[in-house]
Formats: sequence, C-alpha cells, structure tokens
Amino acid sequence: MTIQTKAAADGTELSIFIEGRFDFSSHQKFCESYESASPVPECYIVDMNAASYLDSSALGMLLLLRDYAGGDNAKVSIINCNEDVRKILTISNFEQLFDIQ
Amino acid sequence: MSDAEQGLRVLIADDSDTDRLLLQAIIKSQGHTPILARDGLEATQIFLHNKPDIILLDALMPNMDGFEAARFIKANMGDDFIPIIFLTSLHDAESLAKCLKAGGDDFLSKPYQNIILDAKINAFRRMQSMHNTLQTQRDQIYANNQRLIREQEIAKLTFDKVAHEGALHVDNIQYSVSPMAIFNGDVLLAAIHPNGDLCVLLGDFTGHGLAAAMGAMPLSQTFYSMVAKGFAVRFVAREINKKLKEILPVGVFCCATIQQFNFHQGTVEIFNAAMPDIYLVDPINQSFLSVQSRHLALGILSDQRFNDATEVFPMGIGSKLLTFSDGVIEAENQESKMYGCHRVEHVIQDSLNASTAEHLIERLKSSIDEFVGTQGLSDDISIASILMTSADAFSAGNQQLGIEIQNKPMKWRFSYELEGQALRYAEPTPVIQKLIQDAPIFSTQMTNIYTVVSELFVNALDHGVLGLSSSMKQQEDGFKLYYAERLLRLEKLAEGKVRFDVQYSSSHESYSLKLAVTDSGEGFNFKQWELSHKERLNLLTETGKLPLSGRGLALVKKLTNSLSFSENGSRIEVEFKT
Repeated sequence: MTIQTKAAADGTELSIFIEGRFDFSSHQKFCESYESASPVPECYIVDMNAASYLDSSALGMLLLLRDYAGGDNAKVSIINCNEDVRKILTISNFEQLFDIQ
Repeated sequence: MSDAEQGLRVLIADDSDTDRLLLQAIIKSQGHTPILARDGLEATQIFLHNKPDIILLDALMPNMDGFEAARFIKANMGDDFIPIIFLTSLHDAESLAKCLKAGGDDFLSKPYQNIILDAKINAFRRMQSMHNTLQTQRDQIYANNQRLIREQEIAKLTFDKVAHEGALHVDNIQYSVSPMAIFNGDVLLAAIHPNGDLCVLLGDFTGHGLAAAMGAMPLSQTFYSMVAKGFAVRFVAREINKKLKEILPVGVFCCATIQQFNFHQGTVEIFNAAMPDIYLVDPINQSFLSVQSRHLALGILSDQRFNDATEVFPMGIGSKLLTFSDGVIEAENQESKMYGCHRVEHVIQDSLNASTAEHLIERLKSSIDEFVGTQGLSDDISIASILMTSADAFSAGNQQLGIEIQNKPMKWRFSYELEGQALRYAEPTPVIQKLIQDAPIFSTQMTNIYTVVSELFVNALDHGVLGLSSSMKQQEDGFKLYYAERLLRLEKLAEGKVRFDVQYSSSHESYSLKLAVTDSGEGFNFKQWELSHKERLNLLTETGKLPLSGRGLALVKKLTNSLSFSENGSRIEVEFKT
C-alpha cells in the first residue's frame, strides 16, 4: 500500500494516488498526504486507479478528508475506481457526499 | 560513551596465574572491574552469586573446563545476555567451533592483544545494551497487552449485555455472530414494539475491537428506548443517526439495517444504511428479492441532511428476511477472491430447491467456511434471519400474560388533534399510548389498543386526508407505488385534520375504553364495508370490483369489542371492554 500526491502547478488542486489495499494500515500516510499540502488546495482528487480494495476504515478516512476539506462545502472527487471499489462506494451511498467519477 | 566510563564487571576464568594477572591488568587499564576465577567451577560459583557483565573463559582448565562452565552459565542465564569470550591457544577450526557450540559468543586467541580485547568488549557491550532495550520493550508490551486484554474482557461483559440482548431469543429469529476480535464491531438488537411488531437492528461499526464497540452503547440504548416508546423505524433510524453523529469522531460510523415486522399485515418495513443487500426469501413462490442500501451509514450526516425514507414489502407466512454484515460478501479465499453476493444468492436458491430443512444461516455459514478454506476469516461475520409468522403464532410465543387490573373506579377523557403539516411528521401512537398506559387495562389488550390506534391513524391519514386508495396495493409492485405516492402526497400536504377522542371508564370489575378517530376527508361508503361476505361477492360479480378491500378494518374489528362508523365514514369509533 503506497500513497503518492501531486499538486497542480498553481496549488489549487491536490491529487492523491492510492495503490493496493486501502485500509487502516494506511491511515497515517493518508492523513499526512493532504495535511502536509501547502498552500491548502481548493479541491482534492482521490485517484483509485491502482487501488485494489477498500474497507470501512478507508471509507472513514475519506470522510476525514472531506471533513478536513470543509465538510459539506468540501470539493473531493474520487476517480478511476475499479469494480470492487465502486461497489463498496455504492453500497455505502458515498455518491451523496463525494463526486465519484 | 558514558557507559564505557562506568566500566563493566568482567569475570576472568583462567588456571594460569600469569595469564590471569595479564588479563587483569589489561581489563583494569580499560576502566573495567576484573573478577578472578582459577577454574570453571569457581567461575560458575561467581557467576551464580555475583553476576558479571561479560565473561572471559579459558577453554582448558582443571576441575571444570571452559566448555562445561559455558554450558552451565548459558543454561542459567535466564533472559539476560552475558557474553562469553573463550580464551584459547588452540587455533584449529574444529576447536574454535567447539567453543561456540558450547555456548561461547566469540573467542580470543593467545597471545592476547590489548586492542582486540578492547574492541571485542565494546562490541559486546553494544549488543548487550541492545538486548536490554529489547528486553525492556518486550516486557512493556507484554504488560500492556495483558492490561488491554483484562480491560477488554471487562468491556466485553458490558458490550454483550447491551449489544446482544433484548428480544433476540424469540423463536422466529435465528442468528450467528462470529467474533473476530475479543469483541467485534457488529451489533444485533431485537425488540418488541408496543403494537406487537418485531424490530430488529443489525449494525456494523467501522473497524474492530474497542474502537468499533464504542458506539454500540448509545446505539442500543437509543434503539431500545425508541422502540419501547412505540416509534416507527424511520424515527428510530433518525434518532440513532443523530446520537452517533453527536458522539462519534469523524470517520467512525455504523452501517445498519433496521426492520420492523408487522405480523398482522404480513409486511416488513426496511431501512438499509450502507449494509449489503437484504434478501426476502419466499419458499412458497420459490423466489427471492433483494433490498439494497439507499442510505449513508448512520453517524455521518447531520440530522438536517439525514434521509429517513424506508421501504415496505409484503411478506407471506413462512417467508424469511436475511440480513448480514459485509464480512459475508468480503470473506476472502486463498486467492484473495471475495465471496460476493452471487454466492449468497446461490445458497438461497439451493435452499429453495432443497427438500431438507437445514436452516438458511447454517447453509450460508458452511458455504462461506468452505470458500474461505483453512486461512480463516479476516472480518466479523454477522448473519440474522427472521421468519414471518402469523400474528397469533408470534404473540403466543412472546406474550406475557398477567392481570394488572386494579379495583379503582376511574373516568377520564381526552382529545388529540393533528392538523396540516403536523401530520407529515406525526407519530400520535406513542403519545396516546403514554396517556393510556397507566389505565388499569389487561396488558394483552394494551398491545391490541396500540395496533388499533396505529391502524386507525394510518387509515385516517392515508385514505381520509391523503385520499389514497388501498386497492393500489393489489397491483404488481403495488406496495412500492403506494408508498411512493404516499410520500409524494405527504410532502405536499398543507391542510387536513385527524382527531382522536379517547374516553375511559372503569368500575370495580370492568373497564371500557372508547376510541374515536375522525378525519377531514370525504369519508367512504362504509355501508359496503358492513355488507356480509355473500353480499360482497354478489357485488363483485355485478360490478367486477371488490368493494373497499383492505383499510385494515378487518383487523381492527377483530381486535375490538365493537366498531361503528359515523359522519359519512370519516369517523370510526371502537370500544375495548371487559
């Protein structure tokens, strides 16, 4: 499980790339990935292209990110989900909270 | 190098006086304290009584040689690490290997070189200090772990009481909860609603262990108290969500299904928040359907944004509802493949085809076990299955009989009126129950009164105020359409009234409770309802329509001592008495 980030040139957008299993073991790394971003981005993109699976604590971490990014006003997109990841997000009805593409 | 300044206690065991003196001088010059022994036996005695930090051991000595002394010392060292360096004039590989085999950690060949001995002692000192750190940390971890286990055991006692109690023992609930940690994050609750319905909640908190179990207490307390007060599923869900949102940190939440089984009507009301699909299995029609999650988990959204919409489904007698935590579909086998919904559906299909009576849960569990194989489960698995029975069968199994009537004459009355938008969110039944509950009435009647109040209110609201026709329910997908339409009309509702008039009187031996429900609707042709069975059949052949089916009135009539209509059918009065 690795997490990499890439900020847009103007710093308004932060992309977070998840690789492998997204579960509790990545809690710290995930939080650090966006808390360390400077300047604070306006929107966040969580790229699941290389994520194989996520569990309920990963869902919790996504909620933490959403909270950090402004709660109901947060701009967080989750993109490139594989079928398994998509299914978990759907069961959880996360499309009500995130922009899932 | 403050350690080095302190100096070590070095045991020197050598039968040669010259060598001993020489080593003593070297050790002293390096700032350590030498302790001297003339043979192996003496060395072991000193070792036992005056533990040195490091041991220099001559291989060949009288009484007890170095090899035997080394074996003895290593065997009695316990958890400490005391390095043994063999002093030897032997140079052949075999002899040197023998030193290490006996328990030596290193060897020093004669003639002794000051600089080598110093380097070796320092190297071992570093190893020793590392060993001691590891040792202390290991002991700390062990002590912490022991404390944690003790704490968890105490917490588990409380958790089990709040998380798996209530009405779980009733005959028509079967369940299986597999604990992955000492306690898991899964919660299964059941309670009997004052109207005789059965409410079941299966919840799955984020994560495992203590953190996951933390929310179980407020959840179960809210569930039990709301159900006991007679609130409907959507209110129970809303209140639990509110409470969890208040107390849980962001990122911790509870996926849950809540079901309310109405045994009179043969229906189930379902609220599925982020749990896997619920299955309704009908053995008579050999079919099943799934009810998917339509909500975010509980504890995420604020009360304002929370959506409490439920779905109602008919359930024939003998049908089962199957609900489970995501541990079931996410159970992994050796190839990291997940069990998945399609396997659950296979098991359900097999159980429908099977002639044996093996229970659905047993089938599902053994299928998962077989799939997972020897590697075992990595998540909590909780499964519950609830059987739809007749109302009589359910209440017979679960009613507490007891005569609570007291010999006090009493008389009172009250009216309760709901108007306009208040009807949208109204739950009048708990309010009325609260007012009635202190009246001396047979407790068995109390359940009936509750059911009748709910039925009459729903009638007044749905058919009277909202003008819905119950014949809608008879169509295919009727339940869905009916409840969707109901929701729509409720949202638009601006005016309308429902009034309850309750009158109670009791003498020494008997009581009478009169309940009238009046709505602002147009009423209905209650004459048709009062027709005999034969007359209804005649009407059916004449007009091709069954007059006024439903309205739940048949049930109300069965549960009350009398029933009458007035005001063109918009007022219904019933009486309970002894």
